[in-house]
Amino acid sequence: MEKTEILRLSAVGLGAAVRAGKTTAVEAMEAVLGQIEEHDGEYRCYVTVDREGALRKAALVQKRIEAGELTGPLAGVPVALKDNLCTAGMRTTCSSRMLENYVPAFSAEAVRNLEKAGAVTIGKTNMDEFAMGSTTETSYFGATKNPRNPGHVPGGSSGGSAAAVAARECFFALGSDTGGSIRQPASYCGVVGMKPTYGTVSRYGLVAYGSSLDQIGPLTGNVEDCAVVLEQIASYDRKDSTSLRREDTDFSRALVEDVKGMRIGIPQDYFREGLDPQVRAAVLKAADVLREKGAVTEEFDLSLVEYAIPAYYTIASAEASSNLERFDGIKYGFRAGGEEGLHQMYKKTRSLGFGPEVKRRIMLGSFVLSSGYYDAYYLKALRVKAMIKEAFDRAFAKYDCILGPVAPTTAPKLDASLSDPMKMYLGDIYTISVNLAGLPAISLPCGTDGRGLPIGLQLIGDSYQEKKLLRIAYTYERTGQANMKTLGL
Amino acid sequence: MKQYETVIGLEVHVELATKTKIFCGCSTAFGGRPNSHTCPVCTGMPGSLPVLNRKVLEYAVAVGLATNCDITRYCKFDRKNYFYPDNPQNYQISQLYLPICRNGYVEIESEGGSRRIGIHEIHMEEDAGKLIHDEWEDCTLVDYNRSGVPLIEIVSQPDMRSAEDVIAYLEKLRLIIRYLGASDCKLQEGSMRADVNLSVREAGTDRLGTRTEMKNLSSFRAITRAIEGERNRQIDLLESGGTVIQETRRWDEAGDTSHAMRSKEDAQDYRYFPDPDLVPISISDDFLEEIRSRQPELRTEKMKRYRETYDIPDYDIEIITESRHMADIFEAAAALGAQPKKVSNWLMGETLRLLKETEEDPEDIRFSPENLAKLIDLTERKAINSTVAKEVFEKMFRENVDPEAYVEEKGLKMVSDQGALRAAALEVIAANPQSVADYQNGKEKAIGFLVGQTMKAMKGKADPGVVNQLLKELLQTTSGSQETGRTFPDAGC
Amino acid sequence: MAENITNETIDYVSILAKLELTGEEREGARRDMCRMLEYIDKLNELDTQGVEPMSHVFPLQNVFREDEITGGDGSGDTLKNAPGERDNMFVVPRTFE
Repeated sequence: MEKTEILRLSAVGLGAAVRAGKTTAVEAMEAVLGQIEEHDGEYRCYVTVDREGALRKAALVQKRIEAGELTGPLAGVPVALKDNLCTAGMRTTCSSRMLENYVPAFSAEAVRNLEKAGAVTIGKTNMDEFAMGSTTETSYFGATKNPRNPGHVPGGSSGGSAAAVAARECFFALGSDTGGSIRQPASYCGVVGMKPTYGTVSRYGLVAYGSSLDQIGPLTGNVEDCAVVLEQIASYDRKDSTSLRREDTDFSRALVEDVKGMRIGIPQDYFREGLDPQVRAAVLKAADVLREKGAVTEEFDLSLVEYAIPAYYTIASAEASSNLERFDGIKYGFRAGGEEGLHQMYKKTRSLGFGPEVKRRIMLGSFVLSSGYYDAYYLKALRVKAMIKEAFDRAFAKYDCILGPVAPTTAPKLDASLSDPMKMYLGDIYTISVNLAGLPAISLPCGTDGRGLPIGLQLIGDSYQEKKLLRIAYTYERTGQANMKTLGL
Repeated sequence: MKQYETVIGLEVHVELATKTKIFCGCSTAFGGRPNSHTCPVCTGMPGSLPVLNRKVLEYAVAVGLATNCDITRYCKFDRKNYFYPDNPQNYQISQLYLPICRNGYVEIESEGGSRRIGIHEIHMEEDAGKLIHDEWEDCTLVDYNRSGVPLIEIVSQPDMRSAEDVIAYLEKLRLIIRYLGASDCKLQEGSMRADVNLSVREAGTDRLGTRTEMKNLSSFRAITRAIEGERNRQIDLLESGGTVIQETRRWDEAGDTSHAMRSKEDAQDYRYFPDPDLVPISISDDFLEEIRSRQPELRTEKMKRYRETYDIPDYDIEIITESRHMADIFEAAAALGAQPKKVSNWLMGETLRLLKETEEDPEDIRFSPENLAKLIDLTERKAINSTVAKEVFEKMFRENVDPEAYVEEKGLKMVSDQGALRAAALEVIAANPQSVADYQNGKEKAIGFLVGQTMKAMKGKADPGVVNQLLKELLQTTSGSQETGRTFPDAGC
Repeated sequence: MAENITNETIDYVSILAKLELTGEEREGARRDMCRMLEYIDKLNELDTQGVEPMSHVFPLQNVFREDEITGGDGSGDTLKNAPGERDNMFVVPRTFE
């Protein structure tokens, strides 16, 4: 097959073509590597690309496909991994100076699942440092650019993964979502991104940010790919105590074009001040489309929406402050030189190894856990989290799904966000409560604004209800209302 | 000077006898190359996650039940955050808010009779790695083989008043925990560690004084010395108008003194919060019942049963039951048919003597009850004499040899061939006319020399009582005639 | 509570967090933390009396592993990324004064 022809395929489409002998895993890898060669100098989706390794592995996989050993839908399909997913033998930096040269001895469980399925790793994608940020600009390696418009950010923190999918520098990618880090960049880059129910994908090998909120998920070119990838990476893992035993992870079975009678709640609180009118219009139009397809939509008050951000930043920062203590210059990663005492070494290493946003959250997290403030801040936030979960429980007693925007605006311009962190945090308002409540949610394109920047539609489901979301998303996507062009071809 | 009362509470860390670490499958075995018993979890690699070892919970609950604690039916792990190189994550997974056991006690014997020492709580946590100070290179080396070894920390109430109380409490805890098989509790090796919280107050007052915490106490002697030293230090401070500062102090055993471990870089603010990587533990009635049903017989019950079952003195029972291992050997040997008092004699006599010599304790006994029973059988059958028996026992104590095989191999069996014995005795009589004469002239003691000579000739493989008897008979029949004696050797050929 | 963030608080927290802040960074950190805490104080509008703090969203309990040894000598992988290594151990600045 021609390179451009291969690159037009979805992940599932490529898998089928490889199995049918129309192309090979190696050809597919050469195609994405060519694409990276051509475009990544500008977009900078990747932190690390392992060309030789990727081609070698592709050849091995191709042999196993031909031998009939690999028959799954993703066999031979090149994948990009967010650089906070551990990969044995390939450096895993979290886009931080702290881990610039860190090479893990083991791979994340989700990565192993993909390898077992025959997907071939291309390399590691750029992200906000330690997943802290919403623009991929806090990366030690510099910002990734939005392939839809390189003057804008791709979103974050999984910005490199979302951009790589949009720019066809991979056939699909994995990201991680602690407060919207898959859904928001998916929305900004016009791709599909899903955060599954907490515990569905093992966190083993995901470098932790906010352990109680982190979840790995797919970033793909369409809803079908999303369902298939999620099906492959979901697994019960004895190494992760918070892993769920689920029987219903055959997500691809949810790809049914039918939403008749499905009840969709539209939270009025998601459409108030701060929401860009074009985003608002596109999202409400998507609701209309679904209604036309037979869904029942209804406006309602979710409540507590404005409390999600303060609760989130308290909890996530607290957990992060503890999770990032292990980066101390002793066992791995960066160590500041000089022969001073131990504590001096700690402080120098951490002050030079972490960027400003990471330090800001570590400081906040250390403070809210410190003696005298724990109850007032940390426990208070955990109580609010319980109330937010209850609010969702009430909503899901009535609705199969909640529909709203992913972010208040489309992708901001580069260099416009970091100067005011508070403003950046407020951009997480529609995605964050999903993580607090452990719920699944999907982001998919539903149009563009006047500048051609993609707008994302968010569907939030009750725990374990990924299939409902996939079904609604699939049905919406098939209407062809918001087809994103494949870029760079 | 005013009268002062010392108030002491203890924090006792006990390493549990699990095969693997608390949150990963690495071995807890001692020794091994540095960092060989490590994996991503116990070295804090990014992305690694902990999973609780079920056995740790079982041991912790067993200790809680044996120390009369309430078992917390819903408990959690918390992170204790502090930076130190022996702690690879720079937080220790421990329990602050909902420890597994609370409100227990043990009884100790003290001057005023039996007394209860309250247990405030017992919690589960992970041990830290080992720091080795390299004086030569002026740096520290870190080995994480001990990192993640399971510990329970037993926190007492401030119910102790003297070093004697403290020792009695520790001995009681050690006895209970060893009985449960939950740990070998060795202070020297660090599998039991005690931190002493001590304050003083004027006698008669109720309010507690400011306490200090003393660490690095690795023997009962160090504990006793540290308590005396710290009590005096605090009293001197108060008497000279000073105040005691709440601080952690490190005991220097060699220097018989302590110093504060303060550092301006340590804020002592551990920012505890529930570990999001671990899920809560909910203890069901069934689980509790299972642990309860598996609890071994503890010492008091065992002593009672021994009194009813075995005909041995109370004193023996007390010594033997101080160690479950020793008691197990006693019972097993008795069950194999050895006479209980004989078993007890070997345990209380030679065993304790050799343990003292090797600076070990009863938990270290290596010989099997089977071998002890065999040895007793050999002596009962008079196959070996008591001197040989002691020699064999010592070999058995050190290497757990099979006494029957050993006696056979070394040819230590008593010579049952009366002819050979007789011949040897006659040789001795013939060679020692002076002693024979002395004996026959009424010097009864002279026979001792002859017995000794005969035993020597027999290379010890004869029963001295039998030799004594035989010599007496021979000396009577020969009635002093040396010449006639000479005819005897042939008879033995 | 946010207005209580003094330079002393920042110094204290940076000891806890093992971060060294220069004069300018310190002032920035103070300002950022004030703003964040002011915002977080919004939670006080909510009456959370009687609400149990929720650490885990799902009522997962009793996840254990069996006491069985897995894996052998891990020292190679453990030390692979060490900034300083000697005799199979990590080298750190001396910990004793």
